[in-house]
Amino acid sequence: MENSIKNVISKGAKQSVLGYLATAGAVLLLLMVFGLAMRTAQAGGMDIPAEIFYQLMTAHGIGMVGIAGMCGAAIMWYFLGQYVKLSTPIFLLNMVLFLVGVVMILGAIFIGGFAGAWTFLYPLPANSAGAWADISAVVHLSGVLIIGVGFLLFHLDTGWGILKQYGSLGKALGWPQLFGNSTADAPPPTVVASTMVLIVNVLGLVSGASILVISMVNILVPEFSIDPLLGKNMIFFFGHVFINATIYMGVIAVYEILPRYTGRPWKSTRPFLFAWTCSTLFVVIVYPHHLLMDINMPTWMAVMGQIISYLSGLPVLVVTAFGALAYVHRSGMNWGMPASLLFLAVFGWAAGVIPAIVDGTIVVNLVLHNTQWVPGHFHTYLLLGVVPMAMGFMYFITDNDGSGIDRAAFWAFVVGGFGFIFTFLWAGKEGVPRRFAEHQSEWMSVDSMGAIFAALTILGVAIFAIRFLTQLGQTAKS
Amino acid sequence: MQDLAWNISLWLMLLLAAAFIYVVLKSGEKADAAEVQSGAGKIRAALFWIILIAGVPVTMVTLTDLPYAAQSDSAAQIVKAEGSQFNWDITPTTIVAGKPVEFHVTAIDATHGFAVYDDSMTLLTQTQAMPEYTNILKYTFAKAGTYKILCLEYCGSGHHVMSEEITVIAGGK
Repeated sequence: MENSIKNVISKGAKQSVLGYLATAGAVLLLLMVFGLAMRTAQAGGMDIPAEIFYQLMTAHGIGMVGIAGMCGAAIMWYFLGQYVKLSTPIFLLNMVLFLVGVVMILGAIFIGGFAGAWTFLYPLPANSAGAWADISAVVHLSGVLIIGVGFLLFHLDTGWGILKQYGSLGKALGWPQLFGNSTADAPPPTVVASTMVLIVNVLGLVSGASILVISMVNILVPEFSIDPLLGKNMIFFFGHVFINATIYMGVIAVYEILPRYTGRPWKSTRPFLFAWTCSTLFVVIVYPHHLLMDINMPTWMAVMGQIISYLSGLPVLVVTAFGALAYVHRSGMNWGMPASLLFLAVFGWAAGVIPAIVDGTIVVNLVLHNTQWVPGHFHTYLLLGVVPMAMGFMYFITDNDGSGIDRAAFWAFVVGGFGFIFTFLWAGKEGVPRRFAEHQSEWMSVDSMGAIFAALTILGVAIFAIRFLTQLGQTAKS
Repeated sequence: MQDLAWNISLWLMLLLAAAFIYVVLKSGEKADAAEVQSGAGKIRAALFWIILIAGVPVTMVTLTDLPYAAQSDSAAQIVKAEGSQFNWDITPTTIVAGKPVEFHVTAIDATHGFAVYDDSMTLLTQTQAMPEYTNILKYTFAKAGTYKILCLEYCGSGHHVMSEEITVIAGGK
C-alpha cells in the first residue's frame, strides 16, 4: 500500500525541524511581549510613543504570521517527509531566507522606523507622512519578499515530492476515491492536507510577491502606480491564504499525533476527502470577506465572501472538530501534554471560526469591521489554535508527556488565552477600534483585563518553550 | 446588532465547549472504536444537514438589505468626506435627522476607514475611504446630536488622532 510507506526521519532532518521550532519558540515569546506592551499601553499602564507603538504593532503582526508559517512548515515537513521524499537542504534554505528576511524586517522597523502594519496596504508604504524613509519601506518589503521566496521554494519541493509519489495533485487529494470508483486506500491525511496547502499557498505567495514588487516599484518610481483596490485585493488574497495555510499545516500534527494517544488512526474517509477538497476551493475564493466595507467592490464578490465564509465553517466544524471528538470519545485516552495541547488546538480553531463567520456577515461587518472583534477572532484560532498545535508538536518531538509544571502552564495558557480573546471580542462589540496607539478612558478597563490575561498566557508559553529547550539540551547530552 | 453578534458567538462557543468537555470527561472510558465511529457518523450527518439547513434562511435574511448603494439618491442629503493623513475634510458638517444621508467618501493619500459613532461611542456604520474611489455610504440618523467620525483603517502614525465631528439637528429646524 502506498500510504503505508513511512520513511524514517534522518537525524539531520529531525535536527532541522528542531531548529525551526527553537527559532519559532524564541521569536514567538518576544513577539508576545510586544503584544503585551501594546495592550498595557492601551490600558494606560505604560507610555509608548505612537510611532513606537505602530512599529511594535508592525513587528508583532508580520512576525507572528511568519512564525505561524515556520511552525506549520516544520510540522508539515516532519510528517510529510515520512510519506514522500523531501529535500533537507531546501528546508534549511527556507529557514536561512526566513532569518535573513527577519533581520531586514527588524532593521527596517526599529532602525528605519517603518510602521506600515503587516498588511503594508498599498499605497501606505510609499505615503508615510514623513514617518519613515522610502528605503526603510523597500528594505521591509524586500525582507517579506525574501521570506515569501523561501516558502515558495519549500512548497515547490513538497509539490515535487508529492507528484513523484502520487502522480498528480488530484490523486494526492484522493479524488479517485472521492469522485471515482477507486477501491485503493486514499492518501493519508498528511498528504491530503499538504497537497491542499501546496495549491493554495503557491497561489497566495505569487499574489503576495507580485504586490510586494509593485509596492517597491511604486516607492522608487512614484509615477508608477496601480489601482489601489486591485492592490488591496492582492494583499488580502495573499494574507488570507497564507495565514489560513498555517492552520492547515499545523492541523497535520493533530492527524498524526492524536491517534498515538487514542489508539485510533485518523483515516482519509470520503467526508474527510470531500472536506479538504472543499477547503481548497473555499480558502482561495473566500478572501473578499476582508473587503466587505469596500463599497466599490462588485456586490457579487461581497455576497460570495459571506456565503463562502459560512460554508468554510463546515469542513472545520463538521469534519476536523467533530472528527477529533469522535476519535477521542471513549478511547481510554492518555492525556499527555501533546494530546492535551492538540485537542485544545482543535477547539481553539473551531471556536475561532464562530466569531469569524459572524463577522463575515455583511450587515454585521458594517459595525464590527476593524474593531477589536477582528483580533478577537483571529487570536482565537491563532493563539488558541496554531500555537497549541506547535507546542503540542514540541512536546511530542521531545518525547515529553509533561509533569506538574507543564500542567500548570497548560491551565495558565487556557485561562489566559480565553480571557485575552474575550476581552478583544467584548471591546469589539463596544466599538473599540483595532490598531489605535491610544485609547479613550472608557475603553481602558477592558484593556487592563486583556493585558493581565495576556501576561498569564505568556507565562504559559514561556514554560512550554523553556521545557522544550531544556528537553533539547538533555537529548543533545544523551 | 453588536449585542446580537456577541450573544450568538458566545453561546455557540459555549455549546462547542460543552461538546469538547463532555468528550474529555468520557475519554477515560474504553469502547470499541468501530461502534463509536458508527454512532458519530450518524450524528455528524445530522449536524451537517442541521447547519446547512439553518444556514439557508440566515443567509437569505442577512443578504436582503445590503449597505451597498447601487445609485445615488437625489432626495438624500449629500455629505462629502475626504480622508487624508491625519484628518477628515467633511462638507457639510451639519445635517438633518430623519432624512437619508449619503456620505460620499474618498481619500487622497492612503486608505482610511470612515466610521460613524454616536455620543455613546456605539459604532453605527462605516465604509472604506480609498484614493481614486468614492464610496457612497447611506445612513439615516434617527435622532439629533453630535456624532464622531473615526478612522478605522490603519493609515500611519497619526491614525488614532484622525477624528472629526458632525452635528445632526432635528428635522424642520
